[in-house]
Order: sequence, then structure tokens, then C-alpha cells
Amino acid sequence: MRKFSWRIAATIAGALAASSSVAWAAEVNVYTSREPALVKPVFEAFTAATGTRVNAVFVQNGLEERVKAEGANSPADVIVLVDVARLANAKAMGITQPFDSREIEAAVPTGLRDPDGHWTAVTLRSRVVYAAKDRVKQDAITYEDLADPRWKGRICIRSAQHPYNVSLIGAMIAHHGEEQTADWLTGLKANLARKPSGGDRDVAKDIVAGVCDIGLGNTYYVGLLRADQNAAQQAWGQGVKVLDSRFQGGGTHVNVSGAAIAKNAPNKAQAQKLIAFMLSDEAQRLMADANFEYPVRAGLPSTRTQAAFGPIAADPLALAEIARQRRPASELVDRVGIDN
Amino acid sequence: MRQRPDRGRRGAGLGPFVAAAGVGAALVGVPLLALGVIAFGGEPAVLRHVWHYVLPQALRDTLLLLLGVALVTSVLGVGTAWIVTAYRFRGRGLVAPALMLPLAIPTYIVAYIYVEILDPLGPVQTLWRALWGFRSRADYSFIDIRSLPGAIVIMGLVLYPYLYLSARALFAVQSASLLEVGRTLGAGPLTLFRHVALPLARPAVALGLTLVLLETLNDIGASEYLGVRTLSVSIYTTWLNRGSLAGAAQIACAMLLVVLVILLIERRARGQRRFAASPKHPRPIAPLALEGWRGALALGLCLIPVFFGFVLPAGFLAQQAMTRLLAGRADLEMVGQLATTIALAGTATGLIIGLGVMIAAGARLLRGKAMAALARLAGLGYAIPGTVLAIGLLWPMAGLDNIIADLVRQIAGVSPGLLLTGSGFAIVLAYLARFLGIAIGGIESGFARISPRMDDAARALGRRPREVLSRIHLPLLRPSIVSAALLVFVDCCKELPATLLLRPLNLETLATRVYADASRGLFEEGALAALLIVLVGLVPVVIAARPQARDHVPPIDQDRALGPALPLAS
Repeated sequence: MRKFSWRIAATIAGALAASSSVAWAAEVNVYTSREPALVKPVFEAFTAATGTRVNAVFVQNGLEERVKAEGANSPADVIVLVDVARLANAKAMGITQPFDSREIEAAVPTGLRDPDGHWTAVTLRSRVVYAAKDRVKQDAITYEDLADPRWKGRICIRSAQHPYNVSLIGAMIAHHGEEQTADWLTGLKANLARKPSGGDRDVAKDIVAGVCDIGLGNTYYVGLLRADQNAAQQAWGQGVKVLDSRFQGGGTHVNVSGAAIAKNAPNKAQAQKLIAFMLSDEAQRLMADANFEYPVRAGLPSTRTQAAFGPIAADPLALAEIARQRRPASELVDRVGIDN
Repeated sequence: MRQRPDRGRRGAGLGPFVAAAGVGAALVGVPLLALGVIAFGGEPAVLRHVWHYVLPQALRDTLLLLLGVALVTSVLGVGTAWIVTAYRFRGRGLVAPALMLPLAIPTYIVAYIYVEILDPLGPVQTLWRALWGFRSRADYSFIDIRSLPGAIVIMGLVLYPYLYLSARALFAVQSASLLEVGRTLGAGPLTLFRHVALPLARPAVALGLTLVLLETLNDIGASEYLGVRTLSVSIYTTWLNRGSLAGAAQIACAMLLVVLVILLIERRARGQRRFAASPKHPRPIAPLALEGWRGALALGLCLIPVFFGFVLPAGFLAQQAMTRLLAGRADLEMVGQLATTIALAGTATGLIIGLGVMIAAGARLLRGKAMAALARLAGLGYAIPGTVLAIGLLWPMAGLDNIIADLVRQIAGVSPGLLLTGSGFAIVLAYLARFLGIAIGGIESGFARISPRMDDAARALGRRPREVLSRIHLPLLRPSIVSAALLVFVDCCKELPATLLLRPLNLETLATRVYADASRGLFEEGALAALLIVLVGLVPVVIAARPQARDHVPPIDQDRALGPALPLAS
């Protein structure tokens, strides 16, 4: 047993050493917290287009800490993160560097990238209100409405501490201030049909089953359910509708997945190229369509997502502002005790 | 001097043993130290918030979860262990090893599966509605699987084998004569269980329970999904939502206090009692034959946890994997991921067992307090939550990496990149830190069965410590080593947080693959990979279940028979 494993150990050590020391003509290393299945097609397209090899690793929690700990010798070139708060945090931790590309600035609206050019959004995902198709008549709602007593016992959400919800609550704080948001959360808590748990898909399923009538979720989960080849899942996806959800006097809450160049990127030029590629028409469609998200590129024609859910009227609030409110929002969730 | 082993023990040949213990202790001590340093940098505001709004609720949920899981696993684990040891019935040979199977499935996967089966749109409630003519979930009441009780039952079903294994090992060697006396005096089977077997099994129960509770405390995936906000979950929240790694480290330190309390309770529960059963000639219990309905009942009772802990979830995975295979959506990458998983787990297991043997042997041969303390520290990794350990390891390892890289660059002019985190070696080191305790515990309990007089005799005859180990101990330790190795291997295959955080570019294991799908909310997509984890884990579990060496139980040192981790083979 031991000898056997030593042999295996020697083999992988050798293989790893070999694979890491092979000098590719050009390569770029990506650390991503966006799930591999959602970014791989883009990386493959990039390699096909440029001949540059993309090495990737999916690190979910602790990606930023890892890059920071690796320091000057970190192999990371491009950092892909989901949630604007994490992008902002990466910049604050000093693990990113500004890209210098007019291409990127031209492609991405100002509110969707860092003012200092440290990160840019690459896809948009909207967080909306799902509703039971058969029991809810209205097709539009405001987030503020969720605290209205007429929804008493009719709302489902996943844990309010989940980053998706923290982001929405942060946006609420940015719109209305902390005090009013606390009241809103208290009202929302009183309206819950059940203690928050599960994921957004479970929210959709609970609505279909009749546990509740409306719930919060990211648009793409409904798209994914409807597109599943399993008939039961399709039925769940069809059982809910996505309401036109907006802040009072604002738009739909969006968060992003985004990219940044690592501070000590060994292949900076390639990193820059990869990010520019992620913002190309081709890659934008690939990424948006893979997960029913929206492209960030201004004026990109309709995609699968828009075909299913219509165009998006994103809230004009700057993403950086939402990121700033992450911590107050998370603390507010604990203070109101909405998950308890 | 050689003739006086108690003095000669400090003599030549023991250096490697001490070094091994030092390495093991450093592997656990360094991340703990790093954690302490990180915690020290916390802001008071974060700590105040955690203290007021997070800890009260997190402690309550955690304690309730621990209590509940303790209860469920005790009933399932000790009950089944008793049935298969004390009785002989049709199907026992099959069900006794099968009771270990739930060990092979990652807990969070089982949680996802049970939600899928038991939630309002799952098959069970759909049938329920069809039977009673309900139209909506609002019309009837039904158990809610996404809840604290749900989490307790699910974790209980997955974790009871730890208790089953330790209780069974103890029942098998310790109770024979006492039980027979009881039987002669006319005690019925329940009376025997309650008044003789259960008190006898208390140390084993304490040991198995400790492992169960540490696993429960460690869990993050299942608790979070089921809406139970444990300490582990709040560590994540503090770290990720409030950007405070220091605050998270502080909660982690609070959690380590819980761990220490558990370990202390375990030591007390174990240490207070000594048993009068003859240490020199323990006999396995002669099981009572159960015929007819009694036999069927015994079999049925044992099949319940096997079915719900393994057959049902594994069957669900198999069905999901099948539909995806038939749809042609299996990819060849999975073969590579399987190989990577086996290679990493195999390498780590080899190193862990090697180090574990050295450390346990060192503790045995040196019999000193310092050595025992080192061994205990080296074994503590199992008690530290995986994510916490991974974060604690990240900084020192990356630091070392950078020192090496800079040094090489100065000497050779080219940077070799990061050698530890850039290869799979960082993961192997993390496995080592995390699972060394299982090996040390298992091997120590094997050592406990070898009379120290043998060592004395060998040393008196002029054998060096190394020779005593290789010529006498190792052959006798074989069963313990094999079972510890298998358990370590299964745990390495399932390990997620450290693998996820420390792996190099392009490296994917089955566990990370499954997790990637699950984190998109599509855990069924990972069914095939999850099934492969189960299969990889199944092989060792089945091997461990072989009734090896069970007929020859060597003399046992009662006091040490139950090392800090479970004695798998008896």
C-alpha cells in the first residue's frame, strides 16, 4: 500500500512538474469563482481565436485570500469573481491592477466598471420576484412591496445572508437608508411563509407547490429550470413567472460577474486580451446564453435571456455603491434576525 | 543498558520517531497559530456584532444540532452494533459490513438528495397528495426536511457508522464473559443490553460520538442548505459577507473551544471507567441464534439505516447518472478527475499512514509525556473544521512557497513558480494535517492490543527500537493499519474545502467537480461524479469489512484500547 502510493506520488509529482514547466507559446492563468461550466466555453473560444492556452482553477471562497497570500509569485493573471462586492473587495485588498484599455471602456457602461479601471463587469444577472402563475395576477412589483402586509405568509426566500440577498438589501440601503431598510426587512420577515433555507430553485419549487405565492430569486434559475431536459423541472419553471421587479423610482436589481487583472500577473498582456475577449460580442453571447444572464456590452442585440424574459431595465445605482453597502446589509440581516 | 528498557528508551534509534511527531504536530500547530494571528487583527466592531447578534443564535443551533445528531447516531450506531454482535441471524454477514456504507457519501450530497425526494414537489409528497386528494401544499401538514430536525436526521443517517464501528469493535472483544454471566442469571436481551452491554460500551460510544460531533460541527454544505445556522455557517457569513477574515477567525477560535469541550467530555467519559473483563483472554461473544421472525426483525432493524443512509441516496444518484449517461452527457474528463482523486488520496494516505505509524510507535516506545503531547497535537487536525484549517494553512504554505521561489530566483536566475500551491502537494499537506489524527488513533488502538511485555522482551534481547517496530509491531498492527488507511482514503476522496482552496490550476477532483455543479444549483448534473466518489469510497469500505483477524484477538490493554480515533478492525 505504502510503496504503491509512493509510486503514485512520484508519478503525479513528475507529471505536475512537467506540466507546470512546459513553456507554452502564450498562456494565461485564471482564478475564477464563477462556476467552470459557465466560463469554460469562453476560454475555449479564446484559445481557438488566439492560440493562447487558458489555465483555470475554480476557487470559490477564499480566492482573494489565496491570491494575496501567493503574493509576488502568484501565477494568477485574471481573476473572475461573481458579486460586485467581491470585485470591490479584491481591489481593496490590493490584489488587482488597473487595466489600460480603451476597448474595455468603450464596451462597458461607466456604472458597470470600477472608476479606477481595476475591474469590469462581464455579465449581468437580475434578482427578481418570482410569482405563482396561477395565483398571482399582477405582472409587476416593487421590491418595497415585499414588506406590504397583503403578502403575509406568502413569501419565500433563501437565507438572507446569501450574497445574492445581501446585495439586494445593500441596494435597498443605498436607495432608502439603513433605518427604512430595517423596517422593510422586518416587514418582509413578517410576510415569510417559512424560515429561509434552500436555494433560489427551492424558492421556485415552493411557489409551484403552494408553500408560498411569491419569492426572491435570480432570473436565470427560472430560465435553467424551463430549459432542463427533465420534464418535471420544466414544469416547475413553467409554474412560476418572473415579475417585472423594480425599486420605487428605480430599476431591476442587478449584480454581476466580473473580471480583473491580478496585481502580479505574470502574463499581463494576455490577461488584458482575455478580458477584452470576454467583452466581445461572441463571448458576451456565450456567457449570457450559458446561464440566462444579460450581456454588459452596450447595445448588444437580443440574446436567449431577452427572448425568455424581455429586456432588462437595470437599476441605475452604481455597482460600487452596492458593494459599499454589503457589510451594513449583512449586519442588518443579523440585527433584524430575518433568518432566525 | 539495553537490558533495562525503561532507561534505554532515550537511547539511539528514536530520533526518526520524534521527528515524525514533530512534523505532524507542526502541520497542525502552524495553521492554528496562523489562525490565532489572523484572529488577533480583528476589529472590535465586528466582534461586538458577532457577540450580540450571531453567537447566541449560532451557538443554540449548533448545540441543538449536536445533541440531536448525537441522539440519532447513538440509537442507530450502538443499536445496530449490538444486534450484529450479540445475535446471529440470516443476512447478518451481509448487513454487518453494509452498515458502514453511508461513510462513502458526502453529507451535503445526501442533504440535497433528501430535499429532492421529500420536498413538496418530490415523489413522496406528490404521492401523498394523490392519495388524499390534496391540491396544494397549503392544504396539509407534512414534515419539512429543510429544517433543524431534517438536518439532524440526515446527518444522523450519514454519520452513525462512526459509532457503529467503535461500538462494534468494543462489543466484540469486551463483553463476552460478563454477558454470559448475565445470561446465566436469567437476564433478557433488553436487560442485558441496558445493564451490561451499554455501560460497557460507554468508552466506545464516547469515542465514536466525538468523531460524529466533530464531523457535524465541521459541516457547512448541508447545514446551510437546510437552513440551520451553525457556527460554521456564521464563520462563512462573517468572512464572506462582512469581509472580515479576522472576525471569522475569532468565531473559529470560539468553535475550537466547543471542540475542546467535546474532547474533554470524551476523555472523562472514557477515562473514568475501567472494566474488570479479563485483559488476557478476552473472548468474542458467542452470538445467540435468532430464528424465524426474530431473525427477520433483527435484519429489518439493521437494514433501516443502510437503506436510508446509503441505498436510497446512492440509488437516487445512480438513477440521475443513468439518465445523463443515456442522454450522452458524460464526459471523458471524469476519468481524469477520478485518477486525480485516487492519486491525491492515495499519496496522502501513504504519507499519513507512514507518519501515523511513526508517531504512534514513538509514543509507544518513548512512553514520555512530551512525546504523548506531540502525538496529541498531531492528531488534533481532525477536530479543526476543514475550511478553517485550509485558510490557516494557506498563509504559511504560500509564505514558504515565496521564500523558496525567491531563493531559487536569486541562485538560478529563474523563478520556479510556487512549488507547493502550484502542485498538488499543498493539498496533500492539508490532507495530512486534517486526517493524521485518524491514523494515529487507529494505530494507537492497534498498539494497545500488543502487550508492552513483548517490547520489553525484545529490547531485553538487544533489539533496537526500529527492529522492534518492524519485526514485532508492524506484523501485528496490520489490521489496524489497513483499516485506518481505508478510512483516511475515503475521507481524502470526499474532502472539499482544502482541495477547493489549495489546488493548482487545471486540477479537478471528483469532489470539486460535484461541488461546481452543486454551487450552480444543478447538483444532479454532478450525479455521475458523486456516484464515482461513492464507488471509490465503497471499495475500501468493503475491504475493511472483511472479517480479518477477528478470530485472533491479541491481548488487550483496556486502558488504551480505544485510542483517540476509532479502531476499525477488531
